Amino acid sequence: MQRPDMSVVLAGIPMRNPVMTASGTFGYGAEFADYLDLESIGAMVTKGLSLKPKAGNPTPRIVETQGGMLNAIGLQNVGIDAFIEQKLPYLKNVNTPVIANLYGNTLEEYGEVASRLDGLAGVAGIEVNISCPNVKQGGIVFGTDPGAAKEVVSLVKRNTSKPLIVKLSPNVTDVVLMAKACADAGADALSLINTLTGMAIDLDRRRPVLANVTGGLSGPAIKPVALRMVWQVAKAVKLPLIGIGGIMNGRDALEFMLAGATAIQVGTASFLDPSAAQRIAQEMEQYLVEQGIESVRSLIGALEA
Amino acid sequence: MQFKSMVISNVEVSPNYFRMRMSAPEELASAVPGQFVMLKVNDAIDPLLRRPFGLFDVGSFVPEYAGCGTQVYCEILYKVVGKGTKILSALHHGDLVDLLVPLGKGFQMGPAGEEKVLVGGGVGLAPLYYLAKELKQRGEKVRLFAGGRNRDDVLCITEFERLGVETYVATDDGTLGERGFVTQVLERHLGTGMRIFACGPTPMLNAVAKMSQKLGVPCQVSMEAYMACGVGACLGCVMKGANHSDETPDYRCVCKDGPVFDSFELQWS
Repeated sequence: MQRPDMSVVLAGIPMRNPVMTASGTFGYGAEFADYLDLESIGAMVTKGLSLKPKAGNPTPRIVETQGGMLNAIGLQNVGIDAFIEQKLPYLKNVNTPVIANLYGNTLEEYGEVASRLDGLAGVAGIEVNISCPNVKQGGIVFGTDPGAAKEVVSLVKRNTSKPLIVKLSPNVTDVVLMAKACADAGADALSLINTLTGMAIDLDRRRPVLANVTGGLSGPAIKPVALRMVWQVAKAVKLPLIGIGGIMNGRDALEFMLAGATAIQVGTASFLDPSAAQRIAQEMEQYLVEQGIESVRSLIGALEA
Repeated sequence: MQFKSMVISNVEVSPNYFRMRMSAPEELASAVPGQFVMLKVNDAIDPLLRRPFGLFDVGSFVPEYAGCGTQVYCEILYKVVGKGTKILSALHHGDLVDLLVPLGKGFQMGPAGEEKVLVGGGVGLAPLYYLAKELKQRGEKVRLFAGGRNRDDVLCITEFERLGVETYVATDDGTLGERGFVTQVLERHLGTGMRIFACGPTPMLNAVAKMSQKLGVPCQVSMEAYMACGVGACLGCVMKGANHSDETPDYRCVCKDGPVFDSFELQWS
């Protein structure tokens, strides 16, 4: 049998397979070059970029929990200028689409970072973070209120000609409402889910484990929630979706595709297995071979429910 | 690099402290003392993350099976503190673990002729053993100051002595060596023409860093931190750089910028 067709096109971005790396879990790509072939995966998403460099939160910033981990990094990043000068030249030489993840402390900053990235060769698309639970300004404020989300997505849309992905928060009452608001405002695709707000307590010290008190839960523990949300949004919104949440292997990834995702992102798995993204792409292909499925695209939204 | 490693031995060297030898890739033979490994204790998702361990020793041996060439091994020294290390302590010869090796920046050994002063507490002695071995191979004069709460925390002292290292011990309860902090013993010996290499609990490193800066003795410290990835991506393991302030933040990654830092690079409390 011929090798299955693993390629997908996401909001106009052609990808060799549906596997992307999730923002904040893959550095700026180069960190992982020793562990996998960067040209074996579908796309790379950068650490969240802001207008100015950002230091992030005090430590401890991470803690492992049952089946997952909490993080409160606080969007530490080199800033948009340093990204363009120091990180992008390396990525340009890698034949894999790069999605720049961005966020702003204010509405205006979202627009400014987007316009800085517009027209940049080597950036195939942008992913807007309106869902970071760990910073006071920006992030989650825009991700939990449909009106604010609409405003920020519209503004970014006006400042970019690149495919626009909006990353949704699960920390809302109705994710479909948020998805619709972003779709109405001009998003070209939606990625979901970001981390679930959580907390860990050190009983003996009677203190929270994280300096930030709360953090974002990721890893296998959140997969059922993520699957449910992708499925709900897929039924309600026409846009292509990127499934994220606890994907550890090829089967996990394909489940998200059945739920309605066109592509998936590998996050926490890259921390424990730096070659996870490549391995997951191989496992997906292997499953298709075993099942005699010719194209991975035939699985998108193919859930029988 | 990522490597499927086989456990060769896993021995309890002191109550709750284990020394584990594993097969290692050839590339590890050139690892620098102070570098570390990220080890996944099983294939399950619980525990989820790898655990970081300083290299206690690296060497080579010829396996007893016919036709085998020289095989590189590495050793770690660890204390059972949680779920991950508990699982690790139950592993036997022949079990497999997944390693990322070698990670981080190691110790800079400095010019010959100086006296090399090693200061460690508990499992902080781990990277110092590999360092002592390399320093002794260069014919350097090496002294070790080892501390702990009690005699059980003072590990592998005879191994250091076998290398020809002069050792000084202090314990909080006086069950081995002097009673008190190892830093007090260190203070009596410290002088010019020395170079300090320290690894252990943060309060100890804090005291050593300050003492060395006061006396103008160069000092490198090997730091410990929670980390998820070990390759500089998660940004979970950062420490405050010397000039860090809320207005001008300066965070260093323990995994990538360290784990060994010059004491002047970091902010001490």
